[in-house]
Amino acid sequence: MVFFVGELISALKLGSIYALVAIGYSIVYSIMGMINFAHGELLMIATYALWVFMNMGIGFWPGSFLAIALTVCAGILIERIAYRPIRNDGESVQIISSLAVSIFLESMCRAIFNASGKALIIPAYFSKTFKILQTNVSVIDLVTFILAIGMTAAVSIFLKKAKIGKAMRAVEDNPTASDLMGIDRDKVIMAAFAIGSLLAAIAGILYSGKYTSFNYDMGFMLGVKAFIAAVLGGLGSIYGAVLGSYLMAVLEVFFAGYLPDSITAYQTVFVFMVLIVVLLVRPEGILGSSVKRS
Amino acid sequence: MLKVTDLSVSYNKINAVRNASFEVNSGEIVSLIGSNGAGKTTTLKTISGLLKAKSGSIQYNGEELLGRSPSRIVRDGIVHVPEGRQVFDKLTVRENLDMGGYTVRDRRQIEDAMEYVFTLFPRLKERQSQLAGSLSGGEQQMLAIGRALISGPQLLLLDEPSLGLAPLVVEKVFDVIRNLKKEGKTILLVEQNAADSLAISDRAYIMASGEIVLSGTGSEVASDNDVRNIYLGGEESWSSLLEN
Repeated sequence: MVFFVGELISALKLGSIYALVAIGYSIVYSIMGMINFAHGELLMIATYALWVFMNMGIGFWPGSFLAIALTVCAGILIERIAYRPIRNDGESVQIISSLAVSIFLESMCRAIFNASGKALIIPAYFSKTFKILQTNVSVIDLVTFILAIGMTAAVSIFLKKAKIGKAMRAVEDNPTASDLMGIDRDKVIMAAFAIGSLLAAIAGILYSGKYTSFNYDMGFMLGVKAFIAAVLGGLGSIYGAVLGSYLMAVLEVFFAGYLPDSITAYQTVFVFMVLIVVLLVRPEGILGSSVKRS
Repeated sequence: MLKVTDLSVSYNKINAVRNASFEVNSGEIVSLIGSNGAGKTTTLKTISGLLKAKSGSIQYNGEELLGRSPSRIVRDGIVHVPEGRQVFDKLTVRENLDMGGYTVRDRRQIEDAMEYVFTLFPRLKERQSQLAGSLSGGEQQMLAIGRALISGPQLLLLDEPSLGLAPLVVEKVFDVIRNLKKEGKTILLVEQNAADSLAISDRAYIMASGEIVLSGTGSEVASDNDVRNIYLGGEESWSSLLEN
């Protein structure tokens, strides 16, 4: 039982990170029909930005604030430079462009900061632990979980209530009709990238704060896994992205926790197998309505 | 109010509109009639900025519209109600109306316009929190028109508002259009239902293969022999057959 609770808590914190990242994939996909494979790199940008700011002597909180703002600007800039000019050129062109952005950002990061692992020194109170059902949980884990749930709620309220949020749903629902209403599609897409980047930046800082060392390619694997989580839950649905994230984290953690050590090394293979099975059985994902935009 | 001169538009590499010229004066209902593929929808889409013209000009209150973005054209006071209604299925009725007021900054103005739309279409008020996708075809058409009214347009472009509706509902839609004229709106109406639209139109243009082939007042056009044969179900030939 104790082991089970421990595994479940691990899954919840990993799932929370995935969820923050997966929402970004989903939001951009629902509005543009595009998969932004450079999304994971935003975690790297936020982490390195915070690391640089803290090395300049800026504190954790103001540094985080700046790093998040910078990441949001980066996300918006990426859309502006790499995606807007090819917006009507089809999915494959967009996917290639997003992969190019991903490779470019990783290479640039490597060129500037070299390949050695770095560590973020976060305030000590984040590492304090308390016990839930005899399992140690640290403050940062709790913060991660609360932020993931809180941000999901905030995004869904934003989409429901804010003018630009409603416009985002309108564009997703019927792009032509939204043009006819005078909805500025550039602005809506910019908002989608801004929200996705904000969540990815938060995820990046939480992830790097939790694990001691990070590297220039930290965003890649996390990005891919969060993408799979988004597909699993149903691309285009925010709740789907969150559900898929926790589900995948549970699968991943329990795979490693309960199966013999000799095969746990294949954890990542297992994750991709899940993706393949989902694509075969239910390509629209658990909560996805339909597969659109062929 | 709207003056289209020598407009040519290519769509999917076809010259969908060729040298079309027509006018809509303030307060008029003007019909653009023609069979499927005559270029009517393409013409409307070009006016609302969704399509680019190859040549010609579209003047609105003396200013050139060509080259303006769709959202600018909405702000200028022209709203296009597209064929097939195109309401936002997954948004509520109220949210649909809200989106109709996207270009309006003044929240108060949107609320007032919504009240106005609710007096025109009480049904929409009853169903304001329902998803638009769950409405009947007729209700969706009312919503599409209501949504277009929120931004307070001067000129409405209505594309096939009666398409796919039951005869009783079609009648209602034409009543609504007549009412809108009374309220001071100017309307450019595209229809395949020539009989009903000519009956409410001040003037009409007949479009065939991308060209304007005939124009006149509603009754002039309705009494044209070719029009009667081709667009009004050939009543002439039927009645002459019956007489013999």
